[in-house]
Amino acid sequence: MPMARLRQRAMIYLNIIVAGLLTGAVYGLMALGLSVIFGVIRIVNFAHGEMMVLAMYAAVVLNRWLGLDPLTALPLVTAALFVAGYALQRGFLNRYIARPDHEQFLLLLAVATVLTASLLIGFGPDARGVSLAYAYDSYELGALLLDKVRVLAAAGAVAGAAALWAFFRFSRTGTAIRACADNQTGAQVVGLDVKRLYAVTFGLGAACVGAAGCLLLLLIDVEPYIAADYTLLAFIIVILGGLGSIAGALLGGILVGVSEALAGFVLEPSFKSAFSFALLILVLLVRPQGLLGRR
Amino acid sequence: MTAAPLLAVQALARRFRGLQAVDGVSFAVPKGGIVALIGPNGAGKTTTFNLIAGALVPDSGRVVIDGSDITGCRPDQACHAGIARTFQLVKPFAALTVIENVMVGALKNGTDMREARRAAAELLERLGLAGKAETAARHLTLPERKRLETARALATRPKILLLDEVMSGLRPAEVDAMVATLADLSRATGLAILLTEHVMRAVMALSHHIVVLHHGRKIAEGTPEQVSRDPQVLECYLGRAAAGGGG
Amino acid sequence: MTIGRRRPVVLLASALLVSAAAALPLLPFVDNYVVSVLIVALFAAYFGQAWNIVTGFAGQLSLGHALYVGLGAYAAGALFFHWGVPPWLGMLAGAAGAALAGAVIAALSFRFRVGGVYFALLTIAFAEFTRILFDHFSWVGATSGLYLPVANRAHDDLLRLRGSPAMFYYVLLALTLGGLALSRHLLSRRIGYYWQAIREDEDAAQALGIDVFRYKVAAMGLSAAMTAVGGALLAFYDNVLFPDTTFAIGRSVEIITAPIIGGLGTLAGPLIGAVALTALGEVTTRLGSGLAIDGLKQWLFGAALLAVVALQPAGLWPWLRSRLGLGGDRR
Repeated sequence: MPMARLRQRAMIYLNIIVAGLLTGAVYGLMALGLSVIFGVIRIVNFAHGEMMVLAMYAAVVLNRWLGLDPLTALPLVTAALFVAGYALQRGFLNRYIARPDHEQFLLLLAVATVLTASLLIGFGPDARGVSLAYAYDSYELGALLLDKVRVLAAAGAVAGAAALWAFFRFSRTGTAIRACADNQTGAQVVGLDVKRLYAVTFGLGAACVGAAGCLLLLLIDVEPYIAADYTLLAFIIVILGGLGSIAGALLGGILVGVSEALAGFVLEPSFKSAFSFALLILVLLVRPQGLLGRR
Repeated sequence: MTAAPLLAVQALARRFRGLQAVDGVSFAVPKGGIVALIGPNGAGKTTTFNLIAGALVPDSGRVVIDGSDITGCRPDQACHAGIARTFQLVKPFAALTVIENVMVGALKNGTDMREARRAAAELLERLGLAGKAETAARHLTLPERKRLETARALATRPKILLLDEVMSGLRPAEVDAMVATLADLSRATGLAILLTEHVMRAVMALSHHIVVLHHGRKIAEGTPEQVSRDPQVLECYLGRAAAGGGG
Repeated sequence: MTIGRRRPVVLLASALLVSAAAALPLLPFVDNYVVSVLIVALFAAYFGQAWNIVTGFAGQLSLGHALYVGLGAYAAGALFFHWGVPPWLGMLAGAAGAALAGAVIAALSFRFRVGGVYFALLTIAFAEFTRILFDHFSWVGATSGLYLPVANRAHDDLLRLRGSPAMFYYVLLALTLGGLALSRHLLSRRIGYYWQAIREDEDAAQALGIDVFRYKVAAMGLSAAMTAVGGALLAFYDNVLFPDTTFAIGRSVEIITAPIIGGLGTLAGPLIGAVALTALGEVTTRLGSGLAIDGLKQWLFGAALLAVVALQPAGLWPWLRSRLGLGGDRR
């Protein structure tokens, strides 16, 4: 019966799309960190993926030593990354804000290299992961089979994004940061401590990435060399979704997640990233402000 | 002045997201003439400059130089048509030396490096920068940078030189020196000059003809004497500037 | 940069250096291992010079130069592998292909007003996309790699680029010196002045009659072609090519490290940077193997890059030059 075969096919695709969607939400949270950093401070954080990988290793260590599930470790890791990000911006990067783009790029590229190398020295090149009791559990939703880890990860990502949105919308610091992003000189005139706000912003970006790392650890294992791929992925998503838009980062993440999943299934797994790069090229040329971006 | 003007600007208009920056401005600059574009801040002077020099594309209107319609062309095309310009916020090639800066302009006329260097040296002499020829441009003071910018623009051997507030930040003695240099140059080479200025001292001393802009529209034009007596002009602009002493 | 009359001291020093470099492989304590290290330095210097043209002279940050290394390497390698095309011809084909690729990437980007950081990302995207493409390109061996037949290593065959390390050393030395001469020539001509003007201030450059688009595309095309020539040589030196190492972003980063550390936009920068980095690499390899630490070399490289970009962004050469009292602040 052709109808049944068609339905079966459709179900397979649906499952793949949903899986991609869920993974994409985590990508979105990661990219959100970059959007915040780049959108407010205008620093090209080429060490973004490396920060996430650092967080992932932290979660692995907490899992090894204290038996913490990544979801439990999440608040700790997120807080730690916030502090680290704050310190990095306040103590070091702040001096380089006015430098030309390519110098910033190279500066952070150097930081990224040192970070990756440090992780390589500390942990070795082999992949590390966490073993989860519920790693193979799944939820059934009609014909959809959803991995529990994916659902949890996605839920965490959306929650994180929502928390960030609420922070920017309702808190005083958040509003101050938005003011800074819009008009730095004006913000200073009004008496806002731009240096501190930038440090908070970088800290938040790092926190996003820390949270995303813990969530991603539910899905994949970590090794030092995956960092560069995720930095690029973050840039692709931010450019795709549009700078300065929280919804844009999530949307971009989901789009990338879904297209990667589909490309991986329809074509071949190794083609996944080729598709993302092609998408980046297209977006940069045709609509550089991204789907939901303002500038 | 019955001969065809060198530069004719006809009904130029440009809007920026709700603000009509330039609204139907028309004027002409004769060959060898010196015309000043004045008006309060935000009157549309620099925008008009950018429209003429190709840095912006007009929404409507025409820019004609020496008979050729160059409306909407690129800045480098405008330069090849004979228009040279300076920028309000000077843009030196910081890492290059003073003479190399000017050579970049001179190279528009040919690829011979020695010839370009000779022409550049001559201009530096004229603009009083010969002593700093081998200094990196980033080490120049602001007045020196302005002279460098002018020398560099002149090196392209333009038919008309657009000077965007080149006197601002200069002391009266420096202003007079610049005025003298420009007047000499124009007389000697037949160079036409279009300048925007707030420094009335320079405007009155240099220009043959003045065009007054306000809110993007031309509200008056004429000789310096005529314009300084025009009631509309006095009301909106010159009154305050005359009291403040030019700057 | 003023390249007028060369001072006799500089000329003498250069002549001495070149003679010394030429004589190196002949010295008794210089064995094949040392020559191979020198070759690494020369490759770094040459690739650095090529990249310096588009980023150092013309100011357009390209972070995907591995693309051109790969195009040159695979073009020459595959043509030799399948049809016995002589390496020097294959190199020409690779250079032409790379020049076209570079010009197209630049033209597309600048036509669509993609500059600065976004342009850099675009160059990475093109390199990565091509890497994955070649991973599936069976004619060149895909992920399994392309293995060039190694004939007789003891016999120096310049025409077919098969021979001893010493032969490659001289070829590379000649190439690097050629690159230096070309860079120097270009910098002293109008094109060099125009490139630098574009780098310093694009708007001002355009206002002086420079067709900025054309010159940026030309810089990219030339840089790509030069890089591809080096890539072709690399193919015949290594005799094995894998897309994941040839087109890797790590290679792009490697290419830019030497010229940045040595001095972006200067003539001596890529050379000095290459020497410094290779020396650093050798020291750390000795240390690393002694201490058996994986990743120490990368760490030191990253730290060196960080130190230079943070403290002395103009690079070692300008700093050295002012310390030695040569030339002061100009290039």
